[in-house]
Amino acid sequence: MIEASNVKKYFGDKPAVAGISFSVRKGEVLGFLGPNGAGKSTTMRMITGYLSLSEGSVKIDGCDIEEKPVEAKRLFGYLPENAPSYQDMTVAGFLKFSAAIRGLRGETGEAAIARAVKLCHLEKVMNQTVDTLSKGFHHRVCFAQAILHDPPVLILDEPTDGLDPNQKHEMRELIREMGKSKAIIVSTHILEEVEAICTRVIIIDRGELVFNGTPRELRARAPHGRLLVTLLGVDGDGARADLEKLPSVRRVEILGREEDRISLALHPSDGKQKNFALEIKKALDEHNWQFCELHTDSGRLDEVFRSLTTSDSTGRKEGAA
Amino acid sequence: MNSILTIIRRELGSTFTSPVAYVFLVMFLVLTGFFTFMIGGFFLRNEADLNSFFFWFPWLFLLLVPAVGMRQWAEERRQGTLELLFTMPVSVPEAVLGKFLAGWIFLGIALILTCPIVFTVCYLGSPDPGPIITGYTGCFLLAGAYLAVSGMTSAFTRNQIVSFITSTVLCLLLVLVGFPPVTGLLLKWGAPSGMLDFAAGLSVFYHFDGMQRGVFDLRDIVYFLSLMVLALVITGVALKNRRG
Repeated sequence: MIEASNVKKYFGDKPAVAGISFSVRKGEVLGFLGPNGAGKSTTMRMITGYLSLSEGSVKIDGCDIEEKPVEAKRLFGYLPENAPSYQDMTVAGFLKFSAAIRGLRGETGEAAIARAVKLCHLEKVMNQTVDTLSKGFHHRVCFAQAILHDPPVLILDEPTDGLDPNQKHEMRELIREMGKSKAIIVSTHILEEVEAICTRVIIIDRGELVFNGTPRELRARAPHGRLLVTLLGVDGDGARADLEKLPSVRRVEILGREEDRISLALHPSDGKQKNFALEIKKALDEHNWQFCELHTDSGRLDEVFRSLTTSDSTGRKEGAA
Repeated sequence: MNSILTIIRRELGSTFTSPVAYVFLVMFLVLTGFFTFMIGGFFLRNEADLNSFFFWFPWLFLLLVPAVGMRQWAEERRQGTLELLFTMPVSVPEAVLGKFLAGWIFLGIALILTCPIVFTVCYLGSPDPGPIITGYTGCFLLAGAYLAVSGMTSAFTRNQIVSFITSTVLCLLLVLVGFPPVTGLLLKWGAPSGMLDFAAGLSVFYHFDGMQRGVFDLRDIVYFLSLMVLALVITGVALKNRRG
């Protein structure tokens, strides 16, 4: 449904997006990740035809965004970053305008608005002007505008930004539900969100694609299989030295001490991940050490994210060197 | 076409829900009254015409029309709604035309509200209807030309003040280029008379003057319309090539 090939954008001669290709099919929710300033919003703005492409092409359901912009724009709903809407209009007026501009007038328009209002829980604020609403409502008003015409493609730039945890949960449910019948792109900073709703993930860094795969594949890149253990009434450094002697243990980290408790992270040697927990349990029993926690850490996404991308500050250091 | 109407409706709705519209209308009517009666000497002239009324419009609109046009695009950019508007199924020419027409209609409404002055003249004497009709047509075209210019400057910036000042200066240039001091200067520099006529022909004043006297010349109408088209095309190009 969305076909981006070799999309490039230069601001002056500085490349903001340096040639990105990807596609999203119906039934897919694509998570779009990257640090701030990596070119996420610029890419989304090019896909939606707000910014012109310096090179490459974008097709929405076969419709080229630069050659047939109006036709292509009928096919998607877009929630821009920061969820802009006309501040001086009422919610009802704004939605009516959004419906009319997409050709939904009269009864079909009313029905479309009623459906979107129900999904976004806007019933109570219909007659308020947008500038009197809270941030969460701003977001939902703009989201309602994006789904009004029940488009086959949804492009959402940080859809859960500014929502409280309950609203976030609800928004994710909504996106997941819609993802079954639509092609959706979601940009986000929140990595759990990717696991919760996305069927595929791409990560861009400094305008370039650095990862394209499923959330599972992303997690598989994490330094996984480490074991977290909390021991009771044991000398930490001694235990650490003893444990590091075991052949299956590569390294032991002390994560923290609290009264008589000590938390350790045990990293397995290569190829010893299997039954690692069992072996450690055996070793602890042999030393007769009491423990109150023992579990395998399945790997953290933010570590993968950090290893794949460079933050603004490190980027600048490299540039200066 | 439907998109244009939808945009016009939204723009007018927004205009009339904000206090700007009413402040504008009140100021406009007070100022036209003040200039016509106090400075133009409407009663002293003792003539049944509206010359002392129409005379002020190139100057009055110089300040008031940019106040209407300055927010057109600058405000959309500032609020971020430009991104919303241009990702909806609307072409740039439709959006430009819709916004321009909405502003022009608003200025037309302001002009219609000056009708008591027409009643006054009709009550006091029996004026020739011709100059009144051409005068109003001239005012409306003048408003459109200024509005297109201020919409154009608005498309280049997100700051309304910058937009206001640039468009006022541009419109002032359009007035002054045909003024005797300017044409006199050209004459002193030894410019050929063809160039003098050309400079005068570029002036808003030159074309408006005929209409307020009751002269109906197609060239004047073509002049105003082409000025609007030029400014609107530049607006469209500026919006298409924006960077953010």
